[in-house]
Amino acid sequence: MNLLEIRGMVKRFGGLAATDGVDLDVRQGEIHAVIGPNGAGKTTLIGQVCGTLAPDAGRILFAGVDATRLAPHQRAELGLARSYQITSLFPNFSVIDNVALAVQARSGSSFRFWQPVADERQLADAAQDILDRVGLGDLGQRTAAALSHGEHRQLEMALALATRPRLLLLDEPMAGMGGEESAHMVKLIEDLRGDYSVLLVEHDMDAVFRLADRISVLVAGRIIATGSVAEIRADAEVRLAYLGEDEA
Amino acid sequence: MAPLTAFVLAMALPAVASAFGQDFYVGFASRILIMAMLATSLNLLVGLGGMVSLGHAAFFGAGAYVVGILATEWRGVGNYALLAWPLAMALSAALALIIGAISLRTRGVYFIMITLAFAQMLFYVALSLKAYGGDDGMSLSQRSSLPGLDLAIDSHFYYVVLALSAAVFMLYQRLCAARFGRVLLGIKDNEARMESLGYPVYRYKLAAFVIAGAVAGLAGALMANQNSYVSPNMMHWEQSGVALVMVILGGLGNIWGGLAGAAAFLIIEEALSAFTKHWAIGVGAILLAVVFFAPRGIAGLWTAKR
Repeated sequence: MNLLEIRGMVKRFGGLAATDGVDLDVRQGEIHAVIGPNGAGKTTLIGQVCGTLAPDAGRILFAGVDATRLAPHQRAELGLARSYQITSLFPNFSVIDNVALAVQARSGSSFRFWQPVADERQLADAAQDILDRVGLGDLGQRTAAALSHGEHRQLEMALALATRPRLLLLDEPMAGMGGEESAHMVKLIEDLRGDYSVLLVEHDMDAVFRLADRISVLVAGRIIATGSVAEIRADAEVRLAYLGEDEA
Repeated sequence: MAPLTAFVLAMALPAVASAFGQDFYVGFASRILIMAMLATSLNLLVGLGGMVSLGHAAFFGAGAYVVGILATEWRGVGNYALLAWPLAMALSAALALIIGAISLRTRGVYFIMITLAFAQMLFYVALSLKAYGGDDGMSLSQRSSLPGLDLAIDSHFYYVVLALSAAVFMLYQRLCAARFGRVLLGIKDNEARMESLGYPVYRYKLAAFVIAGAVAGLAGALMANQNSYVSPNMMHWEQSGVALVMVILGGLGNIWGGLAGAAAFLIIEEALSAFTKHWAIGVGAILLAVVFFAPRGIAGLWTAKR
């Protein structure tokens, strides 16, 4: 069953079609990677899936609902969560309050004016569980701004997980990470398999080949191939269009 | 416990002032508390939600005009505080709903400008109300009436203002620590992320804007009573600017920022205006000092809470 279906997605900036008829499916439970050279339209595609960019044409079905015209927060309510390529946190909140705020988003109304959040133990408990999961369990009381880059990336992931999403959209989770941190993140995403469906946009080919159940290759605003890791590795067109470019 | 101590001391003020024959200070304290309510309501927007409004006096003035117009048009019943004050809050809230619904589509400098523009529109509407004094404003023949109290007596009026402002401070404190306050802080820190986490950011901001408008309306209604006078200047953008200065002086987002700022501003004004009519220079110098040396404001000097 397809959790996410994108059909004929187009976004033009002036004369340039950043996405030019993208078709893409993410199946329930799979890790689906999107790769493509710089300028292929990955960032635009992410914006369209999240709802921050209105498409010029095309349709998005998410969990059976037509989400094409939904605002970002409405898509989040349907169960879409994203992480950002450039870390996007609440720098003045403590680490645990960052995550608790994300938990709060999906646990009842926040139009509550009287009861202190501090009394709502379940928010902090859920946040602590998620921090443990991403490996920040001991850093809860630190201010988010004080974390290292690698820890920021982990917290970024924690925020996305905290909304208990059905689909996780990970925008280059390995960006700017060293070897060890990167390996840690790969392990983390690996552990999500089965619990979440993941749409992974990533430059790190080793990570993609290790993690992905299926890969789609985005070139010049179009998906030129979709298949298993082995199929994509063997695809001549992909080699020409993308994998070859790395060597050039 | 400090707030409770302060409250008890504030309760004793009229007796102390009268013992020293300084009854002037009762009215002065009322003015501080009323301006503190206005500043606190603005602090909800600026300090908590990151919405820098330069038109907050519109709601302050609107509340004042409700009291003035009711008292003129409907002698007797129009004077009832229990009718006029809630109506002042309701009208200001309704205005805030309309102005906020439009202004909150914009951000940053545009938000500052559009709130300023709306407030100036209302200012000119008030100027054009010839039946209610036009640019001269209107004097009120008496204060609103409350059962069991004589608000014409400064100390009675002061106790009412004290009770209402204490209620406002308490509500603000609860709201800050509750889910709603958390969401506003989150919006201030990172609006796009809040949206992608699933928060309908616009709705939360609008709710805050309406609450702040209603409280500003109450402050306006009280100020009309305090001065027995209502004028368009209450909604002039300078008045909005004064409220903003009070918030920054007192402490952005600090629970006591509005009170500390209002008290500091009015005391400086009172002290310096005895010597010079250019007292605003003194306020400016102190504001500069606060911005550079105590960026968390006066209240931030002794509370760690934000």
